[in-house]
Order: sequence, then structure tokens, then C-alpha cells
Amino acid sequence: MNAVPREWHRYTSGQRLARFTFYFFIVAAVVASARTVEIIPEFLYDAPEQMKDLLTRMWPPEFRYYPDGIHDALIETIHIASLGTLLSIFIALPFGLLAARNLTPSPTLNYLAKLVLVSSRSVNSLVWALLFVGIFGPGALAGTLAIAFRSVGFVGKLVGEALEETPRGPIEALEAAGASTGQRVWYGYWPQIRPAFWSIVLLRWDINVRESAVLGLVGAGGIGMAMQAAIDLFQWERVAMILLSIFIIVIVAEIAVTALRKRIL
Amino acid sequence: MTASLTIRGLVKEYKPGQPVLKGIDLEFDGAGLTAIIGASGTGKSTLIRCINRLVEPTAGEIIFAGEDIAKLRRGELRNARRRIGMVFQEYNLVERLSVMENLLTGRLGYTGAWQAWLRRFPAADIERSFALLETVGLASFADQRADSLSGGQRQRVGIARALMQEPRLMLADEPTSSLDPKTSVEIMTLLKEQGAAQGIPVIVNMHDVELSRRFADRIIGMKDGMVAFDGPPAELDHAMLKHIYGGEGWLH
Ligand SMILES: Nc1ncnc2c1ncn2[C@@H]1O[C@H](COP(=O)(O)OP(=O)(O)O)[C@@H](O)[C@H]1O
Ligand SMILES: [Mg+2]
Repeated sequence: MNAVPREWHRYTSGQRLARFTFYFFIVAAVVASARTVEIIPEFLYDAPEQMKDLLTRMWPPEFRYYPDGIHDALIETIHIASLGTLLSIFIALPFGLLAARNLTPSPTLNYLAKLVLVSSRSVNSLVWALLFVGIFGPGALAGTLAIAFRSVGFVGKLVGEALEETPRGPIEALEAAGASTGQRVWYGYWPQIRPAFWSIVLLRWDINVRESAVLGLVGAGGIGMAMQAAIDLFQWERVAMILLSIFIIVIVAEIAVTALRKRIL
Repeated sequence: MTASLTIRGLVKEYKPGQPVLKGIDLEFDGAGLTAIIGASGTGKSTLIRCINRLVEPTAGEIIFAGEDIAKLRRGELRNARRRIGMVFQEYNLVERLSVMENLLTGRLGYTGAWQAWLRRFPAADIERSFALLETVGLASFADQRADSLSGGQRQRVGIARALMQEPRLMLADEPTSSLDPKTSVEIMTLLKEQGAAQGIPVIVNMHDVELSRRFADRIIGMKDGMVAFDGPPAELDHAMLKHIYGGEGWLH
């Protein structure tokens, strides 16, 4: 009886077309970029040799250098990361509150707050650092501000999202009891986002330890500045020691943050 | 004595031209538990939430303590809400706060911004919290986090929180729908007793007809956004239930 067997496809023909178009453009983009980036073959053939040369000059790292200039620069890097993160929290919170649609029922304010947060994120911290070195001169202050301004977008966006995910019910109960907006934030939203908030801050601090190690390359203080100086003087064993220090501090930060976040969540 | 709550010509349209409530007139006075029953989607929640303006009424008056709640501005509305306790189906406790803190949130409407920020509540509020925890049978739970409680315990905290407000009116939106039958009876008993003890009207949305018959002094049956029945449980007969819910197979 059943002449026509019933068919079933995972995708509709429209979906299939969309998927084909998508993959087509991915392949086209890869081909196009490969053509545009002009790779100079001579430099490429040469690369392994150059690499070997650099590594032999760097090996072994010279531990004597550590107390002499590296230790202090490393501490400064951590200060830049920590102060920058702290500062970013104070700037980010108001924007995070304004960006959350459930808390701030004004699309205009949501949009403006998100614009500020996106602007902060769309500028790389090295670019922020160049800007602040220009304004305040080289040093840790420029680095701290660069870290802070780059982190505002990260912290603000994630806090805003955490706020938007808080369940509506408890807030409604506070509203029904006659609580003001401030009281709703303090008794309703804050307890519910607190673990997420500390987790976001720790995560950002971890990223900032890494970023602030680089900022010195443009004069914004910290270990990067010590590295720049060592490179300029061709002190490769010193460079190696600095790289090793950065590597260790990044690992330590990562381990600390992972352990702390586990306790919070 | 004038009525404690008078609703006149209440209309609510979520989408213009499509009223969910089509002109409700009701009066509530003195004490007593009123159950609002009706098929789901008839606007029971909308009605109860219009009373304290968690939902904005489209038209009509809600006269409570001599004021039209529908016309109040922000600050005045907050003051009026302090006197209306509300209990929710999903309890709506702040999960990560302790039982004690949840109770104290019932006092926020009376507490200054600074005191609230520092969690410095007047001694009388603390005293009242402990007394209410005893009343609802959770005296030893003050410092436990709300998310460590069972459903029935949470609803007791929800009721205690509402009573913290020293309400002149108590609203409950399906307070027992997430609970087992035995706990449901306990919760309804508590609501009824406390309403009587405070001498205030209690308005409860319910879908369980038997439970509402058992506890209500008055039953309001809603159908299609209008009041189809309003009277004592004894007068609610099969014909009326059939009219309110439609069909009759479920009646036997
Ligand atoms: N926030 C809302 N926006 C739009 N429509 C809603 C909203 N809340 C409820 N409704 C609609 O209003 C009607 C009544 O809902 P409700 O008051 O929750 O009924 P009940 O509590 O009796 O089940 C339903 O048709 C529902 O879809
Ligand atoms: Mg409902």
C-alpha cells in the first residue's frame, strides 16, 4: 500500500544550502589569506637555524641575574596586575549593572553601557598601554591603567550576564515586600551572583598577570621592561632567566586561581 | 467596617485588545481565607499579581487601606506593598541567604538604606523573626542556608517572611502546587491559622478543588477572565465546577 517510502533528513534543503555556503566561504577565506600574506622563502628556510642559534645563546638561564633587577620587576608586574584588576572592578560594576536588562529596564542605558564595555574590550591592552604611556609617561602607572581599562569590558560584560541570569522569583518577592532598587540589588542580586563575581575577578586577575608581563615592552612597567632592556643589550642568558620567571609566576597564578575558584563555586 | 480590599472594574491586557481580566469586581473584608480556583490560563495569577502591582493593571481600581493602589507612584507603592504579604508557588527565597536573612528581607520596606546595607535591623525585627520561626516550626533553622531546606520548609520560611511584614492582607499564588499532599495540608493550615491570628484576609490561588473546599471560607471561581462563581464552598456544586473547568469526566 505504502508506495512512497517516508523520508527524513537531518537538515532542510534551506539549512543544507546555508551550511554549504558557510563552508564554501571558510575555504575561500583561507585560500585568499594565504595568497595575501607574502611569505619570504629565504627567511623561512633560515628560521630553524636562527632559532637554534638563539636557544644556544640563551641556555642555560643565569640564576645570578634574578636578585639583580628581575625580582623587583616581577613584583611590580604582580602589583600592576592586582591594582589594575581592583581598579577595573570599581569602574566595571556600574556599567555591568546598567547593561543588565532585568535590572535596568531601559534599552538606551543597556545599549550605552554595552557600548562602553565593548569599547574597552576591543582595544588591546598593549594599545591602552601605548595611550597611557603617552599621557602619564613610562612606568607602572600607565601599566596599571592599561590593565584596568582593558579589564573593565571583561568584568563588566560577565557581571552583566551573571545579573541577567539571576532567577526572577526571589527579586520579585523582595519587590512585593516593598524593597527599594538598592535593597533588591544588595539582598537579591548580589547574593546570587557573588560566586560568579569572585570567579570572574580571579579569572581576570590570572589573565592580567600574563598581560602585564608583556606591557613593559611598550614601556608600561613591570618585567616586560626588564626584558626589553636585556634584549637591547643582547644579554640572552638574562632574557632566558626573565622568561623562566614569567613562566613560573604564570603557572603559580594559574594554580592559585584554580584552587580558589574551586572553593568559591 | 469598610472592606479591607475592593477591586473595581479591573482589566488587564498583556497585548492591547486581548484582555486577560475582563472587568473584575470583588470585595474582601475582615479575616477569612478566600480560594480562587479556575482552569489554568484563566488569569488567577494575573489577578493576584495586579493587587500588589507585580503586574500593572490596564484599567480599574484596587482600593486597599483607603488608597487606590493602581494610581500610586513608586515610593507610595513601596509603602503600600509593605502591608501586603505574598507567598509564591516556587517559594522565591533568596537561596544563598540564611533563613534568618530571608525573614529579615520581609522588613526591608521598613528599613532605611544604610541599616539595610549593614544588615542592622532593629532588635524588634530580630525578635519577631525568632518568634515567627518558632510559629512555623523552624526555630533551629535560623542560620541554615535557604537552599538546604526541603520544599515544605521553604514554604514555611516564605510564609514567615510574608508575616514579617506585619501585613494587613495576605496573597498566595498556588502555594502548595509544588508540594506533596500531606505538606500541602500543613501549609494551608498554617496560612489559615495565621490569617485568623492576624485578623487579615488571605487570598489563595489554587488548582486543587478539594483542598480549597476544605480550607476556604469563600471560593471564587474564574472562567475566561471573569468571575463565574463567588460564594461559600457548600454552594459550589458539580454543575458549577463543570461550567468553570469544562468537561465532567474528571469529576468522578
Ligand atoms: N507576562 C505575560 N505576558 C503575556 N501574557 C501573559 C503573561 N502572563 C500571563 N499571560 C497570559 O495571561 C493568561 C492568564 O495567565 P495566568 O494569570 O498566569 O493564569 P493562571 O494563573 O490562571 O493559570 C494566559 O493566557 C497567559 O498566557
Ligand atoms: Mg497561575
